[in-house]
Amino acid sequence: MSALEVTGLAAGYGAIDVVRGLSLTVGSGEIVALLGANGAGKTTTLRAISGALKHTGSVKLDGTDVTRLSAAKRTGAGLAHIPQGRGTFVDFTVEENLRLGAYTVSDRRQIEEDLARWYGAFPRLKERRDQLAGSLSGGEQQMLAIARAMMSAPKVLMCDEPSLGLAPSITAELFTLLRDIARQQGVSVLIVEQNAHLTLEIAARAYVMEHGTVELEGTAESLKQDAAIQRAYLGVDA
Amino acid sequence: MTLVWQQIVEGLAAGSIYAALALALVLIHRATRVVNFAQGEMATFSVYLCSQMLIWGLPLYLALLITAVISFILGAAVFRLTIRPVLDAPPETIVVVCIGLFIGFQAICLWIWGSDSAQFPRLFSSTIWTVGGVRISANNVGILVTLSALAIVLALVFRFTRIGLAMRAAAAERAKSPYVGIEVETMLTFGWGVAAVFGFIAAALAAPSLFLSPTMMMSVIIYALAAATLGGWDSPLGAIVGGLAVGVAETVGTTLIKSIGAELRLAIPFLLIGLVLFVRPQGLFGRADKARV
Repeated sequence: MSALEVTGLAAGYGAIDVVRGLSLTVGSGEIVALLGANGAGKTTTLRAISGALKHTGSVKLDGTDVTRLSAAKRTGAGLAHIPQGRGTFVDFTVEENLRLGAYTVSDRRQIEEDLARWYGAFPRLKERRDQLAGSLSGGEQQMLAIARAMMSAPKVLMCDEPSLGLAPSITAELFTLLRDIARQQGVSVLIVEQNAHLTLEIAARAYVMEHGTVELEGTAESLKQDAAIQRAYLGVDA
Repeated sequence: MTLVWQQIVEGLAAGSIYAALALALVLIHRATRVVNFAQGEMATFSVYLCSQMLIWGLPLYLALLITAVISFILGAAVFRLTIRPVLDAPPETIVVVCIGLFIGFQAICLWIWGSDSAQFPRLFSSTIWTVGGVRISANNVGILVTLSALAIVLALVFRFTRIGLAMRAAAAERAKSPYVGIEVETMLTFGWGVAAVFGFIAAALAAPSLFLSPTMMMSVIIYALAAATLGGWDSPLGAIVGGLAVGVAETVGTTLIKSIGAELRLAIPFLLIGLVLFVRPQGLFGRADKARV
């Protein structure tokens, strides 16, 4: 059974559907990449899956149909979404961000344990626990956004362009973290990225979107060898 | 000098009432970017309900408690039925809805209870203490204590509780809040309910001296709008400081400058506000350059 199963998704803004007939699956503990050029509909896809955008088609989480649930309820059901850009609550402190992340968790002891765990993983966040999230650097904010999302103990984590605006070394650190989250905690990860090269290094499979639908799918290995992918996304002249 | 102290005490008591209503306005503005002109009229309606319960023979404090609960439901219902459908509409639309609510609630009070002023009992005893020549009434002290207690409870709830954090998040980041599992509309509904309770408390404190009538809160809402502008529309603390400052400026100003007289006393706080806003357009405690998308 897939952790996330999307079937026949269609969504858009106003009368025009930006995404049409899109289907994808993410296995348990699997990292899947959603690639595509600007305007292909990647962000729209994630927003529809998380319920922030009205859509048709169905979304199943661990076999349970969540199509009729609001975005907030989908978060409660185990679907975490880190939106593009600053995914943090900028006017709130680091600690408040993490506690907001655990809003759907009712077990207080678990919240404190998770807080300690993420502070352990990111000592920099612990040092800045009383600072406003908006005052952190871009890399620290992205780390906070991931920790915040993980505080909800999700089954599926969706990241929209996590590397946007980050230095290459920080991006590498971030991708290692995402890989560890999937491997060690069994969380399924769906990443939307421009940086196809690095994404295909950690992803098991990928979908390539064009004009609002999936044009191509395959394992990361096979896509890396694909001449069209190399030309379009990997900067390789074939 | 005693006279000035006397006016400061009177001003603080009046200012507490402005502050409570300003707090209601700021809570709603922070959450929904709406200036609810009808807040005072909604509050008047609540006080009429309370007064009706007193006529039916309920004890004062029980009637106040029941009315506070009804006010919460009323505020929540007003948001759900009239504001939520136009929340994403241009500001002009929302202003018109609020004016509609203003006229509507005033008309309902007029229709049910008529235009004659009615008595509303004081919430505190009529004892008066004299401290160094300044007369301090238990009623004024009660008003100040009530406001302080409410402000402290509100601050603690916002700062330390899960629902307080969620309400602040829903107000500050409407788009991101669902991603942590917060139902934004539920929080906004809750915020409108809490604001209506604060409005009711302001009106219940004002009613004994203003006398209960459908237009009772019209002057108070003007001072409360001034207080919120002075303090900054994003700041609950600003609403309280602004309310007290407007109250004191009004009484002390009228006393010190004899030529102002009763007719012009409304102008004093606005002169003060004009000066403050000239220096700090965002208000005393407001934040500058805050464009929300």
